[in-house]
Amino acid sequence: MAIFLTEQSRVIVQGMTGSEGSKHTQRMLDSGTTIVGGVTPGKGGQSVHFDGETVPVFGSVAEAVETAGADVSVVFVPPKFTKSAVIESVDAGIPLIVVITEGVPVKDTAEFFAYAKNIATSRIVGPNCPGLISPGKSNAGIIPANITEPGRLGLVSKSGTLTYQMMYELRDLGFSSAIGIGGDPIIGTTHVDALQAFEDDPDTDAVVMIGEIGGDAEERAAAYIQEHITKPVVAYVAGFTAPEGKTMGHAGAIVSGSAGTAQGKKEALEAVGVKVGKTPSETAHVMRDLLSSSL
Amino acid sequence: MEYQAKQLFAKHDVPVTLGTVVETAEDACAAAEKLGGRVVVKAQVLTGGRGKAGGVKLAQDPQEALAHAEQILGMDIKGHTVRRVLVTPIADIAEEYYFSFLVDRAARQYLCIASTAGGIEIEVVAHTTPEAVAKVAIDPLVGVDEAKAREIVETTGFPTQVTEEAVDIVRKLWQVFVEEDATLVEVNPLGLLGDGNLEALDGKMTLDGNADFRHPEHAAFEDKASADPLEAAAKARGLNYVKLDGEVGVIGNGAGLVMSTLDVVAYAGAAYGVKPANFLDIGGGASAEVMADGLDIVLGDDQVKSVFVNVFGGITACDAVANGIVSALQILGDAATKPLVVRLDGNNVEEGRRILAEADHPLVTCADTMDGAADRAAQLAAAPAPQEQRA
Repeated sequence: MAIFLTEQSRVIVQGMTGSEGSKHTQRMLDSGTTIVGGVTPGKGGQSVHFDGETVPVFGSVAEAVETAGADVSVVFVPPKFTKSAVIESVDAGIPLIVVITEGVPVKDTAEFFAYAKNIATSRIVGPNCPGLISPGKSNAGIIPANITEPGRLGLVSKSGTLTYQMMYELRDLGFSSAIGIGGDPIIGTTHVDALQAFEDDPDTDAVVMIGEIGGDAEERAAAYIQEHITKPVVAYVAGFTAPEGKTMGHAGAIVSGSAGTAQGKKEALEAVGVKVGKTPSETAHVMRDLLSSSL
Repeated sequence: MEYQAKQLFAKHDVPVTLGTVVETAEDACAAAEKLGGRVVVKAQVLTGGRGKAGGVKLAQDPQEALAHAEQILGMDIKGHTVRRVLVTPIADIAEEYYFSFLVDRAARQYLCIASTAGGIEIEVVAHTTPEAVAKVAIDPLVGVDEAKAREIVETTGFPTQVTEEAVDIVRKLWQVFVEEDATLVEVNPLGLLGDGNLEALDGKMTLDGNADFRHPEHAAFEDKASADPLEAAAKARGLNYVKLDGEVGVIGNGAGLVMSTLDVVAYAGAAYGVKPANFLDIGGGASAEVMADGLDIVLGDDQVKSVFVNVFGGITACDAVANGIVSALQILGDAATKPLVVRLDGNNVEEGRRILAEADHPLVTCADTMDGAADRAAQLAAAPAPQEQRA
């Protein structure tokens, strides 16, 4: 098992014929992902030749679902068209939609998230995220597949390159799944959602959670861990020395509570027994210590 | 800034007095004269707390407006230099309310926060009398229709005689929020005037930069003059740079990794009395050109004594990054004078390290780990020109 993405996943790529889309489709194919098609409106019936495989292009997501049994969509379309692409996937009943696109207006994300929530058949990951990987099984997004082998750790993070760094630090242990949820103000899948999935996954023994300044997702994760998570969680929070936020409005500060500082997040996590590393390497050490002591 | 927010309010027919924006005390005096003498002179900066800092002053006549403007112009408010003031007629205010629309990250929708206890800091009100602050959730797909506006007005507890006008203003402010792609619209105070009308007496907006493609006209709001020159130069080259107050320049790929690098440098630097000098995310690409641009910006900061280049090759291959560093140093030539500590890991790391070793540039030191590299960079920043010390 793994979370959200397994060897059975049948992946389509919205925007596969674009430069980013085709580059990463090749990488996903190389890491063993079952890619059943691309979707580009107006280009249905064509196909794209990749190294080792030819992938059909569908004119719509609905067609890809009907013809090829697609159940995961990875979205690479430009910000202007992201909202309609996601809504198309929701309408087609795709259970997992991974939005890689960076620079999507918050209003568009708020709308497609609300739309998906109303219909309640699709999970959205992102936008502005590296996607997720279940090493050795499937890779939906842009996380490099060659950093680590399959293993029994789970990882959830807002940041792409920090995800890679942490996977690298713990590469000898390996991961069941690693998910980059993205750092935009509104995201489809949160730390809490991922923690819950890792808790329920029999193939995950412990979870690394990476947070960063802004919002209060880490504080909410801490509260959730206290109530619902029995597996060991080790955390890292980036941004202790970052300057005070420039975009934080008065009203925003009320909603965020602790105003999103790294220190506040660390304290909230430590208060519920989560060990927080000062640096990525220390975080990896903490995880190793924890696993060896529990053996 | 306030006057810009008010321009957008006016565009959507929210009642507002635009006043006159001026950059000199003489013009403030002239504006006061035109407006009838009794005016408010308000510093225009991209931050709150202007009143507390002495950036908002009442003047009884044009001469006093001149004196206030002289005092306020050039003032520093939370790191922002005041370059313009807004001159508006003194309003006859009976009551002050607070009103805002914002993105509620936790609920992943929008939120309206309003209170009849306005005019002062809303955090204070929320803390001391939370029951005086109304919070109404807004479904992004429905928005603020007539019914929702009425719910907001009733929950807030606006006086009944202004109910209809308040409903109208709430709907217009919602138009400002959605049509301008804002992530925050704040009116504080929303004033009830002596004549019984409501007016937005001060305003603040945060616009979503991701939506700029829908609003080319928003480019005019950018405050180029007040920006740090290095930050402006970085922005012009499409780099994400924030100037900090330290000695170790930091260049990395990915916002999270760069943030983490700043922390690691700060920890390592504590032993040497140095701090990170900046945040610079070169993004995924890290071509020679981008690396040269990045180095150029970081080395343009006179305070910088050493530079830590921290790259994890995910999609980017380390050999490309290494080639980028070598070519960047060639492009910069004599302009590159400070030691560089480079830490590469990930995709094609052996080849990347081999390229740097082969180039054997006198300024470049390679490190195997992030922690080790941070320590070395901090050490170099604390003891400049190590070659001379050795001699």
